[in-house]
Amino acid sequence: MNSQLPILLVIVPLLAAPLCLFIKKPTLVWLFASIVSVLALLFSLIILSQVWETGELVYSLGGWQAPIGIEYRIDLLNAYLSVIVAALACICLLAAYKSIGEEIKKGKQTLFYVTFLLCLAGMLGVVVTGDVFNLFVFMEIAALSSYVLIAMGKNRKALIASLTYLLVGTLGATFILIGIGLVYMLTGSLNMQDLSVLLLSAPQSNTLFTAFTFFFVGTCLKLALFPLHWWLPNAYTYAPSIVSVFLAATATKIAIYILLRVIFSLFGSEFSYHTLPLQNILMTLGLAGILVCSVIAIFQQDLKQIFAYSSVAQVAYMMLALGMNNISGLMATLLHLFNHALMKGALFLALACIMYRLKSVQLSDIAGLGWQMPWTMAAIVIAGFSLIGLPLTVGFISKWYMLLASFENAWQPIALVILFGSLLAAVYIWRIVEKAYFSPLTTNNQHIKEAPLALLVPTWLLVLANLYFGIDTRFSLSISLHTAQMLLGVAP
Amino acid sequence: MNILESFNYWIVMALMMCGLYIMIAQGNLIKKIVGLTIFQTSVFIFYISMAKVTGATAPIIKEGLELYSNPLPHVLILTAIVVGISTTALALALVIRIRQAYGTIEEDEIRAKDRLE
Repeated sequence: MNSQLPILLVIVPLLAAPLCLFIKKPTLVWLFASIVSVLALLFSLIILSQVWETGELVYSLGGWQAPIGIEYRIDLLNAYLSVIVAALACICLLAAYKSIGEEIKKGKQTLFYVTFLLCLAGMLGVVVTGDVFNLFVFMEIAALSSYVLIAMGKNRKALIASLTYLLVGTLGATFILIGIGLVYMLTGSLNMQDLSVLLLSAPQSNTLFTAFTFFFVGTCLKLALFPLHWWLPNAYTYAPSIVSVFLAATATKIAIYILLRVIFSLFGSEFSYHTLPLQNILMTLGLAGILVCSVIAIFQQDLKQIFAYSSVAQVAYMMLALGMNNISGLMATLLHLFNHALMKGALFLALACIMYRLKSVQLSDIAGLGWQMPWTMAAIVIAGFSLIGLPLTVGFISKWYMLLASFENAWQPIALVILFGSLLAAVYIWRIVEKAYFSPLTTNNQHIKEAPLALLVPTWLLVLANLYFGIDTRFSLSISLHTAQMLLGVAP
Repeated sequence: MNILESFNYWIVMALMMCGLYIMIAQGNLIKKIVGLTIFQTSVFIFYISMAKVTGATAPIIKEGLELYSNPLPHVLILTAIVVGISTTALALALVIRIRQAYGTIEEDEIRAKDRLE
């Protein structure tokens, strides 16, 4: 049983998705989907502990040995990502019962859970597979189901947002497909393990450069690196609240995982950083992204829009840290993957609470709600502190490592920009706090009550995780340290 | 590199650029999807043509034949075509919903209606 875990992680949600169609009743489907996601979390946790103790897990599909067959190869990075994805899926489904019941028509709720599980299966598939073409297929499974999830939003703008995301996402995926084709032409292999050896000895031809460029631009479209981010804010804003939570917390992380694999496992850091000017590209785009998107976030009127732009800025932070090309920088990227999932998950869940009571998430509509919905607003404040990077929250840990990384390279001005970015985050969080606590209550809002427990519990689970992992950093720090050492090829 | 020798890549490039241009320049959503499909198809041609080995036959084991074309890219592209079909189908379904919601599939008219709200 234990040796079959890697495949079970993908196949259970994948098979469970169509089974949902046989259970017509929304409540039962919700229960079923939740059980499946808890199972996935369980599998990923067991895998993580196994990888932590014994090292890489390898699973050959159908008994065909790689490189002929497809293999799932799970090292610390894959296991770490799969835990993040599965844990967030569990929390989203926990909150989905109330939120989806409110936001999606009764007849469509079953379909929501079907696509949600498909999306989960796709993401977990991307994370566990060791074959580049397989990765492309899983990526498209996840992407196609997320387009459907976004289009389920009530506002008709959700349809346009979904179509834009579809056009851009397919463009990105097809770029990656071209990259895969070029790499296959060079080496005759699709297995990542195999490729990492073969590409290292491949002559430096234009084909190799072109392949890397296609991979890089394709993943940057998917992870919404500034200035390729224009599809993201609308997609997150008009999607149903739970979908915003899930996508904001996981979708861009999956794309960053693919980028890490491309840079470190396929082409090798030597090629990426020294033969190609990856460092300059990542630093420039990262800095521009942090400043521009944080400033745009300050001027938004829609709370979801604020946090969507802030997500683009946070992705830019991760890319900036990746561009530092030292072990603290890579650690900061890996830490922020986890930490950003926690804080954005908590923030968007709090917005789901507001949406549930107010049917709106406009800034002007939340006036005075700090006293009407104390728990929800407190969640936004604490998760907001984490976003800014105040001590005792997870945000502080990743910002700290970013600063360390920039000092290691003796780039003090970069450290200043990181701090200035936090200041900008403080401004847009403050706008919300001011509106919620220091504005007079409008007459419309006087009867608003606190959100139901079914929504508050998952929100506060994430908020407490923000605090817990900000104080007890053993889990995230030791995993990101070992993963960073593994990716850079430094002995622990 | 001889231009004629690698003519298949030039065709792929030309198609790819056509597709990308249509996607960016056209305001009609259906035409955008046509552009996307042309773009994807160019990649399919790229995969299929790279598997061709000069003077080789189809990969069927038979006496007297020694050179075979590489069948793997064809298999890969079969999968990619399926992905492409699902993408196109989903995109068209979205366009139908957009037409129901907005009464138009022209990008600038949709934008004008959104602005009015």
